[in-house]
Amino acid sequence: MTTIEILNRPARAPGLLGASGQVALRALRKYIRTPGLLVMGVIQSVMFLFSFRYVFGGAIHAGSTSYVDFLVPAYVASIVLFTGGGIAVAVAEDKVAGFTDRLLSLPVPRYALVLGRTVADSTTNVWSIVSTAAFGFLFGFRLPGTWQDGLAALGLCVVYAVVFTIVFIVMGLFAPNAQAAQGMSLIAFVFAFISSAYVPATSMPGWLQPFSKYQPITPMVNAVRSLLSGSSSDVGLALVWCALLAVAFTPIAVIRYRRA
Amino acid sequence: MTTGSAAPLIEARGITVRFGKVTALDGLELTSQPGQVLAVLGPNGAGKTTFVRCLATLVQPGSGELRVRGQDVVRDAASVRKDIGLAGQFAAVEPTLTGRENLEMTARLFGHRRAAARRAAAAVIEQLDLGEVADRRSGTYSGGQRRRLDLGASLVGSPRLLLLDEPTTGLDPVSRSEVWAAVRSLAMAGTDILLTTHYLDEADQLADQVVVIDHGRAIASGTLSELKASIGQDVIEVAVSDPAQLAAAARIVSEVTSGPATPEPTGQRVTAPAPGGPGQLAEVIARLAAASIAVDEIGLRRPTLDEAFLALTGAADSTDNPPASAGQTPVGSRS
Repeated sequence: MTTIEILNRPARAPGLLGASGQVALRALRKYIRTPGLLVMGVIQSVMFLFSFRYVFGGAIHAGSTSYVDFLVPAYVASIVLFTGGGIAVAVAEDKVAGFTDRLLSLPVPRYALVLGRTVADSTTNVWSIVSTAAFGFLFGFRLPGTWQDGLAALGLCVVYAVVFTIVFIVMGLFAPNAQAAQGMSLIAFVFAFISSAYVPATSMPGWLQPFSKYQPITPMVNAVRSLLSGSSSDVGLALVWCALLAVAFTPIAVIRYRRA
Repeated sequence: MTTGSAAPLIEARGITVRFGKVTALDGLELTSQPGQVLAVLGPNGAGKTTFVRCLATLVQPGSGELRVRGQDVVRDAASVRKDIGLAGQFAAVEPTLTGRENLEMTARLFGHRRAAARRAAAAVIEQLDLGEVADRRSGTYSGGQRRRLDLGASLVGSPRLLLLDEPTTGLDPVSRSEVWAAVRSLAMAGTDILLTTHYLDEADQLADQVVVIDHGRAIASGTLSELKASIGQDVIEVAVSDPAQLAAAARIVSEVTSGPATPEPTGQRVTAPAPGGPGQLAEVIARLAAASIAVDEIGLRRPTLDEAFLALTGAADSTDNPPASAGQTPVGSRS
């Protein structure tokens, strides 16, 4: 073993963008190099889509639209609620494995941990959104309006993915371990299912309808549906929800990372 | 930020850390000068890891002051982070990245630009003898290689103080000596190192200076020989041929040395501090012979670090034993 001279020390601490970039790059490389994460995520979301479209779909009446046209926009809009468990698990794993400690012991701006993680996980969610949408078309979905309307709706889905990424990061930070993070992320299923995403909300019993109506997923899903058909109803409400969630959860994530 | 040469490397003044009802550090006092390897020794739960986490700015002390090179770990946390490198209890490397990628990423996070990060990673790979595996994913590494990589990751920013929290816990003997060799080479190259361990041979192998902590307090500090000397006397050690005669041998040793004798759990050996030195050894030999107790081995030796350590931590447990008699506290209940 050779001993060498002490290396030059870095002149300054890394900037917010540079550090966030490194945090994001590492998370993305991990994702891409773990075929289980990359492929299984898609398989899982396609299986759900397949079941709704071909198994339950026949028994659900969505009014004047066909069920596939009712389902696919909502499914793509809410896909982050199904894939987000992976984000919470990854965050909890980093904490347990000491990786977060390593990052926090470095002269890294504290916001870089949340920003880097959000960029990386939002990117993987764009992958889920696009691949799921592609399968939606394969299963018979057709755009009701122009392709520009379709792109606008897709963009809104990406906004949701970014916002919910932060929510799932917070879950991962509060979970004592990966299993607990997985369990906590099941809460998202409640919001996904008790909404107007998979069945018309009016088909639910009366006592359940208020929850469906006043929770964020219903306006978010409705906003995507209306953008697709060239209208903008519910888009404002959906964006207000996004802003509220981001404003509420980002500081929690930053503060909680410091104590990880 | 004051980093004058007068400032000690580490200065802890009465630092206390509580997690709920658990007191992890209870008024810890410690001063360490640069230019050495400091081992923080203590049983599990003594507060070693909490102390390292305080130094790494991961935990803020509830009270007291903690300075690294004169910089307060709370108020000047950002400057402290530029000076330290942390390798925690778990090898915090990303298994899906190669060793080189791990090192380059960490170097960037220390503040190196791309080219400098590449050079720093290459230098550390050479220094820690990781050349053959550097471009393999670290998930395929052996335990020792992974720890060395983790050590390397804490080094790529050329920290002034390297913090190693139980660097060899869970490693097999070969991996362990690999890590030891790496730590020695770093110390020779001039890096100040603080390591925690509950392996006494590890402190014996690596450290210039030792601090023993127990129940969140420093109970002894000094060089290794000072620590060994602090339990004062030489030790008589007898190995009996027939384990059935161990109790009888222990009684004789105890009577001669007028103190407790500790039979070892292997059932063959008994040791006791011998304030009377060679005279008492001769007396023990004579009385064992008179009692027809056959002996495999008998001798007088300096206390081992284990004995110093067990005596010290044992003494801290019992309030009716003043530290002066620490060497005579019967031990064995703690490990």
